[in-house]
Amino acid sequence: MARTGVFICHCGTNIGGTVDVSKVLEAAKSMPTVAYVDDNTYSCSEPGQASIHDAIIENRLDRVVIGCCSPRMHENTFRKTVATAGINPYLLEISNIREHCSWVHGDDKEAATDKAIELVRMAVAKVASLEPLFSRQVGLTKRALVIGGGIAGIQAALDIANADYEVVLVEREPSIGGRMAQLDKTFPTLDCSACILAPKMVDVAQHPNITLLTYAEVQDVKGFVGNFEVNILQKARKVDHIKCTGCGTCWQKCLERTPSEFNLEMGKRSAIYIPFPQAVPLKPVIDTEHCAHFKYLEAKEEGRDLPDCNICQQLCPVSAIDYEQEDQIISERFGAIIVATGYQTFDHSVYHEYGSGRYADVITGLHLERLLSASGPTGGEVIRPSDGLLPKTVVFVSCVGSRDEQKGRAYCSKVCCMYMAKQAIMLKEHDPEVQCYIFYIDIRAGGKDFEEFARRAQEEYGTLYLRGRISKIYQEGKKLIVCGEDSLIGRPVEIAADLVVLATGMEPSIGAAELAQRLKISYDTNNFFIEAHPKLRPVETNTDGIFLAGSCIGPRDIPESVAQGGAAAAKVAALFSQDVLTTDPMVATIDPMLCSGCLLCTQVCPFNAIDTQVTRDGRTIALVNETMCKGCGLCVASCRFGAADLRGFTQQQILAQVTSLWR
Amino acid sequence: MAIEYQPKIVGFLCNWCSYAGADVAGTSRICYPPNIRIIRVPCSGRIDPLLVVKSFQQGADGVLIAGCHPGDCHYTEGNYYARRRLALLRPFLEYIGIEKERFRVEWVSASEGKKWAQVVSSFTDELYKLGPREMTLAKGTG
Repeated sequence: MARTGVFICHCGTNIGGTVDVSKVLEAAKSMPTVAYVDDNTYSCSEPGQASIHDAIIENRLDRVVIGCCSPRMHENTFRKTVATAGINPYLLEISNIREHCSWVHGDDKEAATDKAIELVRMAVAKVASLEPLFSRQVGLTKRALVIGGGIAGIQAALDIANADYEVVLVEREPSIGGRMAQLDKTFPTLDCSACILAPKMVDVAQHPNITLLTYAEVQDVKGFVGNFEVNILQKARKVDHIKCTGCGTCWQKCLERTPSEFNLEMGKRSAIYIPFPQAVPLKPVIDTEHCAHFKYLEAKEEGRDLPDCNICQQLCPVSAIDYEQEDQIISERFGAIIVATGYQTFDHSVYHEYGSGRYADVITGLHLERLLSASGPTGGEVIRPSDGLLPKTVVFVSCVGSRDEQKGRAYCSKVCCMYMAKQAIMLKEHDPEVQCYIFYIDIRAGGKDFEEFARRAQEEYGTLYLRGRISKIYQEGKKLIVCGEDSLIGRPVEIAADLVVLATGMEPSIGAAELAQRLKISYDTNNFFIEAHPKLRPVETNTDGIFLAGSCIGPRDIPESVAQGGAAAAKVAALFSQDVLTTDPMVATIDPMLCSGCLLCTQVCPFNAIDTQVTRDGRTIALVNETMCKGCGLCVASCRFGAADLRGFTQQQILAQVTSLWR
Repeated sequence: MAIEYQPKIVGFLCNWCSYAGADVAGTSRICYPPNIRIIRVPCSGRIDPLLVVKSFQQGADGVLIAGCHPGDCHYTEGNYYARRRLALLRPFLEYIGIEKERFRVEWVSASEGKKWAQVVSSFTDELYKLGPREMTLAKGTG
């Protein structure tokens, strides 16, 4: 006969303030197999865990139910606790009486107490039917994959490589550098962005432990922590990566001109191109859509006649141009994956009041970065895109695609307040005659030296901050009339501006949701990836071995992205410091006596984890490969004969929970 | 009737999305009716139709199944199997005398605490309207 101990946590007043714990304990006493009941102020604290440990030994308990927070929070904590007292860690059941009871029924204490009693009863019923489970050990591949070559991914790759593990860094653009490479200066120190980023990019390219795959994308991911199998699509660069020396002859001589994505289409680039002068690797790709040679080939196929061009191939001193090069799939094994896919800026064309992108001189903050940058399309001269004149009156509009529920973007993008202040300062530095106005809702300057910086923009650089939203922007002659309200004085304001800068917010990079689906990690309604715990596990996901860094989780500034890249790298290094990993024993089983050999389970299993075996009497039946099985239980519900079952969630255990209800 | 009718609901929630979503309702302190009893399973694909029938047999007035949104399954495709399997279960439940409104399948993600609370509230309301279930099944003992 099992001897179950029931421990109810007050969680301070989180549970105890709503649920009458003494009533729950009293009810638990009479539940079947319960031999001991007790409560703790905080079960997860050291004294709490010690008292559970001692009670197990003193009362010879062999199973434990803890009524506390979600098992997603502390199941592992308490598994370790019971293990130290000599109980198999899987003879523990958590009854979630906080997230699923006290916190959601605070308005009805009596009902919450009754529900808590029933939740505990279900757990007691389940724990009695649990069986001891034992982990197995598997090896791991000590090589990491970093997806995304922005500053977060770069930092993560460098830190793992410096810990002496191999890293593959995958970036879908032709160069690493990410958004930070597009910025002119960084707040609040006004460091030149490219100057502090470029050395790190070069370090990545030169590090013996890092393999850099640019113009490449992760196509599919299989496997589990320590043993991921990843297919990476290397898009054809049409340039032999090994032969190319990056001399620049090809992109200087190319005759085609097409808008530069890196400069947000404000400048032109050639068809064979590097996105920006400091690109890493410094090796071009051919944009086949705009290259005259490929246009010629396409026309030829359709029976049209276009002039051919192969200047780049003719002039390349090392014969690196390879028009025949095809896309390639690279299959590699990895032990861990860091996702650092970053952000893109919000598309402001949904804001009709700001002109929906109609006015050339209504630009975004990122456009202004490119105009301010010495390596930008204008060589660092800020001019109006419409007529090339120097703007003297510049109006900034904050929270475009941030803090706006009507546009489906309720969150704050965090960096805009600061980059507006920075850009106002930079504009004044470029041209002292410029007057900047910033329409804001709140000034959010909650970082180190941020507030001081925002004040400098106002006090030293004469930027005028006006609190209020913009109702309309329209063109009148050469001016843009910005109509808004100064809500501090309660009066409408109209400013005739030469240039309007929309502080567009951050949203996850295009394709974030699809990548999450391939990796099987969670993402929220805005497509930002979800951390395992927002406070305590900020760079982990709920999938072991997959980590996150930077603004793919939510809006982040540069120091935060760098810190998270380093944090994720530390997690990977800690994982790789082990020589074997223990697997989760909660996997499927097949009862050979019940299995008919229909093998339906092999068809439904998403992980190919079911093999076959031949029994001594010659029947072919299913056999679970425990290393491959992830414990989803799909085979269990599919088995018509009840031969398949899932350890930790067996049919009997779930039925025990159901049949304990409403007794 | 002396005792006021309180609908009894069993909820089978997948661990990765809906159970986490119900946790988020908790951390966000979004109140919903206390009638539901949640059973955690790894995946909605784990839910054997027998468990649903057993829950009704045990006296449940409603059974709610919640899993990841299609396309977002932690195990890639478990919820697709669940969707088809549970669609087939529905006419069977009607056949044995359980109104189809008493059985719900919902997709609730790990961030949708608010949606979880709305789902439970609306299901509970509906079960209040339907009233207690006529016991067409003998109450089992497990």
